[in-house]
Amino acid sequence: MNHKTKAISFSLAMLMSAFAWNTQSYANEATGVELPVMLAEISSVNTFNVNLKKPKSRNLPPAEDGIHDPENEATHSLQHPLDAYKGLPTSEYGNYVDWVKALDEGKLRPRWDRSDPNEEPFVLDLDIVRPVKASVPDVVFPHRQHTEWLYCSNCHPAIFIPQKNANQISMSAILLGEKCGVCHGKVSFPIETKTCRKCHSKPKPAGWTPPLSEATLKNPWK
Amino acid sequence: MSSKIKRNVLQSMIIGVLAYMGALGVPQPAQAEYADIVINNYADAAGMRPAVFPHWFHRIRFRCKVCHTDLGFAFKAGGNKIDMAKIIDGKFCGACHNGEIAWSVENCAMCHSGIPGQPTHFHGSTVQRLIAPAYQPLPTNDAKK
Ligand code: HEC
Ligand code: HEC
Ligand code: HEC
Ligand code: HEC
Ligand code: HEC
Ligand code: HEC
Repeated sequence: MNHKTKAISFSLAMLMSAFAWNTQSYANEATGVELPVMLAEISSVNTFNVNLKKPKSRNLPPAEDGIHDPENEATHSLQHPLDAYKGLPTSEYGNYVDWVKALDEGKLRPRWDRSDPNEEPFVLDLDIVRPVKASVPDVVFPHRQHTEWLYCSNCHPAIFIPQKNANQISMSAILLGEKCGVCHGKVSFPIETKTCRKCHSKPKPAGWTPPLSEATLKNPWK
Repeated sequence: MSSKIKRNVLQSMIIGVLAYMGALGVPQPAQAEYADIVINNYADAAGMRPAVFPHWFHRIRFRCKVCHTDLGFAFKAGGNKIDMAKIIDGKFCGACHNGEIAWSVENCAMCHSGIPGQPTHFHGSTVQRLIAPAYQPLPTNDAKK
């Protein structure tokens, strides 16, 4: 097979994929989603990030958010989240609002009662420390911030038995939406790298090292 | 020779087409506000758009306790089997969307504003962002029956 035909067919392929990129970049200018970076022309599975999911834009107005129907007229009467968040302290995750700080600074006064704006929450100031076997800092569960928003019966006894260390909690359970994950990862701040230290907030005692595994202790070749 | 060229051209074209489809086939996820819920146990079947409940909008006005203790919303998207009969009797959304605390129930399209055909789901949840189990809609109550 001669080089000429090879070159022709190859350039055809390049042309077509170039065309594909072009139309895609137009499509993406409209939606604001970044293009995946290709590592090879040959196979489309070789994108630089195969599994990275990164929201490219945040706090979109309802008509552009992908769940509201822009053809529904009332959709355009719904509030733009950014209008609502003006002046509230910000965060780097979830709604990008620091809801706890907003309450603490008095920037928000959500009602504790459906109709009476003056009823005050029943706040309990009690921190529960949960030592963690792994090398991450220990977990501090603060009742205060929770009881600003929630009532005791939202957690006790259905999610947590109200007794220190009576509940088995693990990261896998949380990630699957149990225990702390009933709310965190749904409505309260999500579980991602930027939030680990919000829960894992108590530094390990000086000189702490991770416990050695059985396999290491009993390793006959060590 | 000529058949070989044809095959080669064809091959390249297939590659081109695949690259094209691969590029366009990249899923573009919804970018709704964190904690928005689409509730669609019954709405689609009755010819209404699914209802969309924005947590962010409501938590500016009410603490979680009002809905999740006083009004009895269980912590489960789609799990409260909300329907219009309950709403006009003053339960669930109807405890407030009654013309006294918030605009009343005749503003159908304010709540029924979702893109038709979406399953009941919680937007932006950590479970949906996990790589291993691809996004799966929550089982509907009908499916459980
Ligand atoms: C957001 C969920 C949540 C809410 C709301 C909540 N708690 Fe707790 N509570 C916990 C967790 C988690 C623990 C720790 C359990 C453990 O360590 O196993 C706990 C522990 C307790 C304990 C045991 C403390 C100890 O030293 O043994 C008491 C008592 C308690 N809570 C009372 C309350 C009361 C009273 C309220 C309402 C004012 C309340 N809780 C609201 C989650 C909650
Ligand atoms: C019933 C719902 C619920 C459960 C269960 C729950 N939380 Fe929270 N948590 C909240 C809410 C609501 C906030 C307020 C901030 C927000 O919404 O992001 C909050 C805030 C926090 C904060 C942040 C406080 C601050 O100062 O910013 C920490 C830390 C926290 N939770 C830890 C935990 C831990 C650890 C558990 C499990 C033992 C847990 N939460 C279980 C609802 C919950
Ligand atoms: C909502 C609060 C919360 C957040 C956010 C959180 N954790 Fe945890 N984590 C916990 C609790 C509670 C435990 C259980 C502690 C115990 O053993 O009592 C835990 C346990 C762990 C453990 C010990 C192993 C296990 O499964 O029990 C590791 C490791 C860990 N977390 C890592 C992380 C990392 C990494 C992040 C950030 C992606 C993170 N955690 C975010 C609450 C949280
Ligand atoms: C305050 C918000 C709200 C308003 C206003 C509202 N709905 Fe609904 N509606 C809901 C919710 C939530 C559901 C449950 C959705 C589901 O699970 O499919 C629902 C369900 C429905 C259903 C299917 C279930 C059933 O009851 O048969 C129909 C039909 C319906 N609505 C029609 C209407 C009409 C017509 C109006 C205006 C007169 C209206 N809705 C106004 C929130 C609302
Ligand atoms: C105005 C009422 C209202 C307020 C205020 C409210 N919620 Fe909700 N919440 C709902 C409704 C409605 C649902 C969905 C129920 C359904 O679909 O049946 C829901 C569902 C949930 C779920 C279930 C998620 C799942 O796993 O499916 C969680 C967790 C939750 N809310 C937490 C909170 C927290 C934390 C707060 C306070 C920061 C809060 N909610 C404030 C109305 C409210
Ligand atoms: C605790 C009271 C309460 C409950 C329960 C409640 N709402 Fe609302 N809702 C409000 C208030 C107050 C407003 C603001 C009304 C206004 O702007 O006049 C509102 C506004 C809204 C809006 C408009 C948001 C915007 O962008 O303007 C939607 C949509 C909505 N609610 C849907 C629902 C649905 C769906 C339910 C039931 C699943 C529900 N609400 C339950 C109090 C409530």
